[in-house]
Amino acid sequence: MSATDENECLVEARDVVLSFGRTPALQGASLAVAAGEIMAIMGPSGSGKTTLLHCLAGILTPQAGEIHFDGRRVDTMGETERSTLRRDRFGFVFQFGQLVPELTAEENVALPLLLGGARRTAALKEAGTWFERLGLDGLEKRRSGELSGGQAQRVALARGLVSRPEILFADEPTGSLDSLTGEHVMDLLVTAAREQGTTVIVVTHEPRVAAYAGREVIVRDGKVSSFSAMRMDS
Amino acid sequence: MSVPLTLLGLLEREPSHGYDLKRDYDAFFGRGKPLSFGQVYGTLGRLARAGKVVVGESEAGAGPDRKRYVITQQGATEFEAWLTEPVEAEPHLQTVLFAKVVLALMLGRDAEHYLDAQRAAHLQRMRELTETKREGSLVDALLADHGLFHLESDLRWIDLTAARLDALAEEVRA
Repeated sequence: MSATDENECLVEARDVVLSFGRTPALQGASLAVAAGEIMAIMGPSGSGKTTLLHCLAGILTPQAGEIHFDGRRVDTMGETERSTLRRDRFGFVFQFGQLVPELTAEENVALPLLLGGARRTAALKEAGTWFERLGLDGLEKRRSGELSGGQAQRVALARGLVSRPEILFADEPTGSLDSLTGEHVMDLLVTAAREQGTTVIVVTHEPRVAAYAGREVIVRDGKVSSFSAMRMDS
Repeated sequence: MSVPLTLLGLLEREPSHGYDLKRDYDAFFGRGKPLSFGQVYGTLGRLARAGKVVVGESEAGAGPDRKRYVITQQGATEFEAWLTEPVEAEPHLQTVLFAKVVLALMLGRDAEHYLDAQRAAHLQRMRELTETKREGSLVDALLADHGLFHLESDLRWIDLTAARLDALAEEVRA
């Protein structure tokens, strides 16, 4: 029986295998995440945790196994359908923010809405609400080079959440920040996700970041460890 | 560090004389604080009265040093329960965590599973402290942070130990 058949599984990896050349990254990884859950994926460097996140998010396609999102197979979708899924229903936050340097902070936040076909005025208005919410008032017109690391990461968080995605994929979202700033970003992330019911999967090697999640799994040698899988079933 | 449970663990490995138990305890767990013979035989006497060890047959020329102690089923059950149960996640547990890992490796038990269980217990406590921090005052946050940093240092030790289990097993079984 699947781990979360009973509790509204939103996204699931089943026995996923993926190698980069001769280097195995995932060797039968299975993971199920329920709707509304905030989950941390932990594990040593090179264990495959980021690769697993990228497979779940439809960025990478596994060589074997299945990825399911909301009852649909993601791994067998065409690239166009997958791009639409990522744009409309997924949000992303990466370690270094990866803001578009040519755009202002508010244009960066509005970007997912603009790509989804929203009018510029409406998109910027919606983006503006996030600046107050994340304590970024007055920074709307700045470009990424004019923001501190913590400010840029909060802008990236706003961009990840502005389209009210069903699931937010966060890869080491505090990895480039000092611990106090990192905790502030995690606090905002969890608060915003809970408010809008967004499921969150956060990859981190930091226990203090994982402690913001409701549950953690450990990836080891390309598999979700049997211990954490056991807890997942319970 | 629980001396009685550690001695039970050493006896779980094989029946031993008091002298051997003291030597192995001091080598692996003493770390500059060796047990006195009085402590060893006093503890063994209490364990015997509680039915957790029995004194085997005395060897020729029997003095106190010639008795071999054997763990009973009751003793083995108590040791097993202690070994497999994660320690309550509080800071400053290094010596207990350390003893459990070394004994598990010595006895060929699944030390990695124990470390996983302990990691989960620590992370659960960190979650509780994080929630306290998010909902409480700055003073609450300060106290919670103190606990979080100590638990985090335990976790770093757990992760490092997990990565070295094969080498450690070779060393303690040598």
